[in-house]
Amino acid sequence: MNIWQIETAIKPGLADPAGKSILADAREAGFSSLTDVRVVRVFFIQAEFDRASAERVARDLFADPVTDFWTIGEPVSKKLEGAWNAITITRKPGVMDPVEESSLKALRDLGLHPKSVRTGRKVLYAGDASPGLEQWAGKALANAVVDEIAFEDRTIQEIPASRVPPFRKIVVPLLDADDAALEKISKDGQLSLTLREMQAIRDHFRSEKRDPTDAELETIAQTWSEHCKHKTLTGVIEFGSEKIDNLLKSTIVKATEFINAPWCLSVFKDNAGVIAFDDEWALTFKVETHNHPSALEPYGGAGTGIGGVLRDTMGVGLGAKPIASTDVFCVAPPDTNPESIPPGVLHPKKVLKGVVQGVKDYGNRMGIPTVNGAVLFDDRYLGNPLVYAGNVGLLPRTMVEKESLPGDIVVVAGGRTGRDGIHGATFSSAELTHESESLSGGAVQIGNAITEKRLLDVMLQARDRGMYRGVTDCGAGGLSSAVGEMGERCGAEVHLEKVPLKYDGLTYTEIWISEAQERMVFAVPPEKLDDMLRLFASEDVEATPIGKFTDTGRLRLLFNETEVANLEMHFLHKGVPQWTRKAEWKMPRLSEPSRPKELDWGKEVLKLLGSWNVASKEWIVRLYDHEVQGRLVVKPFVGPKSGPGDAAVIRPVFGSNRGAAIGCGMCPRYGDIDPHGMALAAIDEALRNVVAVGGDPKQCAILDNFSWGNCAKPDRLGSLVRAAQGCRDGAMAYRTPFISGKDSLNNEFSHGGETIAVPPSLLISALAIVPDVRRAVTMDLKKAGNALWIVGETREEMGGGEWYRLHGWLGMLSPTPDIREAPNVLAAMHAAISQGLVRSCHDLSDGGLAVAAAEMALAGGIGCEVALDSLPTPVPLTIDALLFSETCTRFLVEVEKTSEAAFAKLFEKFPARRVGEVTGRSGIWFTKSAKAVCVVPVEEAERAWKGTMDW
Amino acid sequence: MTSPRSLLIRTAGTNCEAELEYAWNRAGASTEILHVKRLIEKPETLREFQLLSLPGGFSYGDDLGAGRIHAIEIRERLLGPLREFVGGGKLIYGVCNGFQVLVKAGLLPGFEFLESKEAPPLDATLTDNENGKFQDRWITLKVVSSLTPFLKEGAVFRVPIAHGEGKFLPKDDATLAKLRASRQVVLKYVAPDGSAAKGWPDNPNGSVDDIAGICDPTGRVFGLMPHPERHADKVQGPTWTREGGGEGDGEGLAVFRNAVEYAKGL
Repeated sequence: MNIWQIETAIKPGLADPAGKSILADAREAGFSSLTDVRVVRVFFIQAEFDRASAERVARDLFADPVTDFWTIGEPVSKKLEGAWNAITITRKPGVMDPVEESSLKALRDLGLHPKSVRTGRKVLYAGDASPGLEQWAGKALANAVVDEIAFEDRTIQEIPASRVPPFRKIVVPLLDADDAALEKISKDGQLSLTLREMQAIRDHFRSEKRDPTDAELETIAQTWSEHCKHKTLTGVIEFGSEKIDNLLKSTIVKATEFINAPWCLSVFKDNAGVIAFDDEWALTFKVETHNHPSALEPYGGAGTGIGGVLRDTMGVGLGAKPIASTDVFCVAPPDTNPESIPPGVLHPKKVLKGVVQGVKDYGNRMGIPTVNGAVLFDDRYLGNPLVYAGNVGLLPRTMVEKESLPGDIVVVAGGRTGRDGIHGATFSSAELTHESESLSGGAVQIGNAITEKRLLDVMLQARDRGMYRGVTDCGAGGLSSAVGEMGERCGAEVHLEKVPLKYDGLTYTEIWISEAQERMVFAVPPEKLDDMLRLFASEDVEATPIGKFTDTGRLRLLFNETEVANLEMHFLHKGVPQWTRKAEWKMPRLSEPSRPKELDWGKEVLKLLGSWNVASKEWIVRLYDHEVQGRLVVKPFVGPKSGPGDAAVIRPVFGSNRGAAIGCGMCPRYGDIDPHGMALAAIDEALRNVVAVGGDPKQCAILDNFSWGNCAKPDRLGSLVRAAQGCRDGAMAYRTPFISGKDSLNNEFSHGGETIAVPPSLLISALAIVPDVRRAVTMDLKKAGNALWIVGETREEMGGGEWYRLHGWLGMLSPTPDIREAPNVLAAMHAAISQGLVRSCHDLSDGGLAVAAAEMALAGGIGCEVALDSLPTPVPLTIDALLFSETCTRFLVEVEKTSEAAFAKLFEKFPARRVGEVTGRSGIWFTKSAKAVCVVPVEEAERAWKGTMDW
Repeated sequence: MTSPRSLLIRTAGTNCEAELEYAWNRAGASTEILHVKRLIEKPETLREFQLLSLPGGFSYGDDLGAGRIHAIEIRERLLGPLREFVGGGKLIYGVCNGFQVLVKAGLLPGFEFLESKEAPPLDATLTDNENGKFQDRWITLKVVSSLTPFLKEGAVFRVPIAHGEGKFLPKDDATLAKLRASRQVVLKYVAPDGSAAKGWPDNPNGSVDDIAGICDPTGRVFGLMPHPERHADKVQGPTWTREGGGEGDGEGLAVFRNAVEYAKGL
C-alpha cells in the first residue's frame, strides 16, 4: 500500500502567523541568529489510490486554494527560496490526533477511502542553528508525552504499528506480604497508598482467602486516592488538644446544614452543587483544580482541566448544559530569572502562556464562554502552578436526581480509551519533584474538544427523551471511578474487552483505569438501549454497552470471559481506614514595617496599577470567546476603555431577564499572616464582587477550592484547619452556603533538599442570582458631576496586601472583615443597586482605594476627585493607609446627585460617606485638607494598567 | 404568510446556534435546528424553509482550516439543493464559521453559482488573523451596499467578533475589483465613529479593504465574520449600562428583522 506524503505551507509572499509566533518565542529564548520561521503541515495517507487522487486531496482538502502551496512525496521546503533547516514533529505510534479523524471523514465525502491518515508538522527555520536550539525546540515545539521530534526534513516510508502484548492475568502476592513488601508494592505500582491502607487491603483479601489481581489493587488505589476520597479533610485531625473528626463535615458542610437554604437543591453529593434559578431551571456550579498535570504540560493539563470540569457539569443530575466558565491561575511572576529555575520546572511565562492556550482552545471549541477569572502571582507557585477551572451549568429542576438500578446497562460513550492519563488520580495526590516529568508523563491526558461537544449535543437529546437513568463522567480513575460510583449501592459487571480503544495493546487494567478524556458512563434501562444507541450513532458518537448493573454488591470485571476482578463494593467504598493526622497552628511572629512618611504617591499608584496582580489581563481574556451563547450581560471588560469588571453577569435563560453573577475571591498572602482571617476575607471578596454588579447576597452559593502544601506536615495542616474554620464562620455569618468544593493538598516542590510549598491558596467562587439584569451595574465612571461615595470603614490593614508586596513587606495587620456588620452592608448595597440608585460600583481589593478609583476612572475615560479625609476610619490614618489599605467590605460608588438622599438613607446605620465626585478633568485626584496629595493622569493610569502584559 | 421559517444547520463543533436561534425568534421567524446529516439524508426538507443559517463554531474542530471539512461536505453533498434554494429567492446567512464554510464551499463570492452546473470555484478565503491570535472584542460595522436584503446601506452598528481565522482574502486583485464592482462587498469594519477603520483594532483581523461581510451576486447568500445575533437585545451590548438602561433591541437585530421582512414576501 502506498504512503502519500503531502506537505502544505503558506505561499512565500504571504505572512505565516504561526511561523512568526515561533520566531518571536525563539528570539525571546535567545536564538537571535534566526531570521525566519515557516510552518509546514504534513499528512501521511496510507491508501491504494493513484497520484491523481493524491493531487486532488492535496488541492481540495489539505491546501487552502488562496494562501497555500503543496508538494507530494518531496519536502515542500525544496520549493522555497533560500536555505532552510527543518524540524519534523510527528505523533508517537498509537497517539491519536483529532485531525486524522476529520481528514478521514472529508476524504470519504470526496469519495476516497484510505486505510489511515497520520499528521505531523515541520518547522522550517532560516539562519544559523545556534547551540541549544535543538534542546529548546524539543521542549517548545513538541510534547514529549505524545510527540516524536526529528531534526531533519523527514520523509516517511512506513507507518509503524503499535505492539499488542498477549493477555496475561496478573495476581499480586499480598497475603503474606510484610510491611516492607506492602510499601514496596504501593511505591512500585505508583498506587500512592499508605502502609495502613495497604495493611487494610491485605487483611481484606485474607478474609477473601486469595490474592488480589492488579486490577483490583488499582481500583482500590484510585477509589481511595486523596484526589477522590479527600482523606485529609474527612479523616481525624489532632489539632492541639482538639480532636476533629472529619474537618469537611464539621466546618464547611456544617455551615451549609446550619443555613439550610431552601434554594440549595443538591450539595456535596454530585459532580457539582445545584441551586434553584427559577421555577423551571436550576444552576449547577463546580470548580476543579488541575494543578499537577498543568505543571508538567501546561497546554494539555489546562485543556483537560476545562474538559474535565465541563464533564462535571454534564455529569451532574441527569446532565446539565455548560453555559459559563471561570478560570483562576496562580503562577510565579513572568519576569522570574530563567537562571533561577530548578530542573524539571517550566518557566512561569511558558506555564501561563501554555495554560491560557489550553483553556482557550478547549473552551472556545466547546463553545462555552469563559466569563470570569483571575491570575495571581507569587514566587512560591514556581514549582507548583495552580489551575482552577470552573463551570456553571443549566439543568431542568426535574432532573437533579438520578439512580442506577440492577439490570440497567452500563454504556460508555464519547471518546475512545487510550493509554493517556494512567494514574492521574494517584499522581495528583503525590508531591512533585524534578523526576515527576519522566515518571508521570502518562498522567497527562490528551483532549479533543469536538468529541466532547458531539457527546454533549447528543446526550442532552437523550436526556430530554428519558433514555437513561443515570450518568457520570469518566474523570480521575476513569471507568474504575465512574462505574464504581454508579454501582456503589447495587453492584456492577463490566466486560473490559468491549471498551472501544484508540489503539491496540492496552492491558485490561489500563483499560479500566485510563483517564482518557471525553467519556461519559450511562445507566440505561434495557428497553431504552436500542433507541439510545441509534440516537448516538446518528450523530457519530460512539456508544457501547460494556456491562450491566447488578444486585450482587460486587464489582466484577471480565476480559474475554476471564474474571480479572471481583471486589466487594462495600469494602471498596467504605473500607479505607480513616487517617489520623496532626495539625498545629501558631500565629507567626510578625511586625509592621517602618514605612516612609513621604513618597511620590502618584508614582506608587502607577506602580500598583502595573504590578502583576493588578495589571490588566486583557491579553488573556480576549483570547477566550466570552460572548458565545449570547448570554453575557456584564462583560469581563467594561466601559469604553475596557476596565476590569468585578464579576460577570449572564442571562441563563433566553427571554428571561433573571440573571446570575459569577465572581471569585482569593487572597493567599493574607493567609501567610492569618489563614482564618484570609478565609473570611476571600468570602467577603467573592461576595463583594457579585454584589457590585447586582447579585443578591441572600441568594448566593459559594464553592471552596483549597490548594495547600503537603498536609502530612502539621504546620501546613494547621493552617488548613484554620482556613476551613474561617470558611465555616464566614459562611454562617454571611448566610452563604457552600454547595461543592475540591482540595489539592500536596502542592510542594522538592529540589536539592529544599521544599517549597505554595501559599495557602483558598479560592472562593460565588454564584449569585441577579433578580433583573437590566438593573446590573458596571464599574466604569459614567458622568461628570455625579457624586462618589465610599461604603465601609477603612482600617489600617495593609498586611499581605499588594502595596506591601511591591516593597517586599509582609506586615502583620492583614484585612479581616467584621462579620457581624459585613452582611448588612452587603444587603444595603444590593438594595441600592436594585432600586436603581447606583451608576457605577467597584469593590476595593488589591491596592485599596487608590487602585479602585483609578480603575473606575480609566474604565470610563474620565477623571474624579476623592477627599481622603472624608473616609470613615476608626482612628486617624496616614496617607498610605488611606490610599492602599485593603480593608474588606468596601465599595466605591457613583451616585447621581438626585439619588443621593435615597442612597444615604439606605446606609444610615453603616459607615458610608460622600468622598468626592466625578470631574470633567483628565486626572484622578486624591486630596487631604483640600490639598492635592496624589494626582494621576487618567491616560497614564490606563497605560500603566494595560502595559504590563501587553503580549 | 405569517411567520417565515428559518432552518439552522448544525454539525460536530457548531456552537453558536442558541444565540442565533434567539435572534431569529426575536425578529419574528420560527426556527428549527437540524443536524447536517439529517439534511443530507433528506435535502427536500429545505423546501419547508425560507431562511437557512450556518451558525458559528468550530465545525469538525476547524481541522485542516476553519470551516474546511464542513464546506467539503456541503459542496459534495448539498450543492444542488442549495442552488435550488437560492434560485427560489430564499436567503442563506453564514456567520463566523458559517461564513468560512460558505466561502470555502464556493457559495461566496459565488460569481456564477446559480448559472453554472459545476461546483463553484474558490475565489477567496478566510485565513489567520494578521496578529496570529484568536480575538474576542466589540467592533463597529458599516453597511456599504444594499445588495443583500439583510442590510440597509449606511447603517452603523456594534457587534462582537470572536475568531482566529477571520482575515478576508480574495484570490487576487481582479477578484477584489469584481467584488467591488458588483457591490458584493456589503459590510466593512469602521472606526467607532463610523469613519474609515484606522488599522487594528478597528479592523481586528487585517481583512483586505476592511471587508467584514460579502454577499453573492443576487444578495441572497450573505456571510460575515462578526456576530449580529449576539447583540439582539440591548443588554447584550458592550456599554449599555452607560446608555439609558437595559430595555430594548440590540444593534444587531436589524439584520434579522430585514431578512424576516424580505422572507414574508416569499
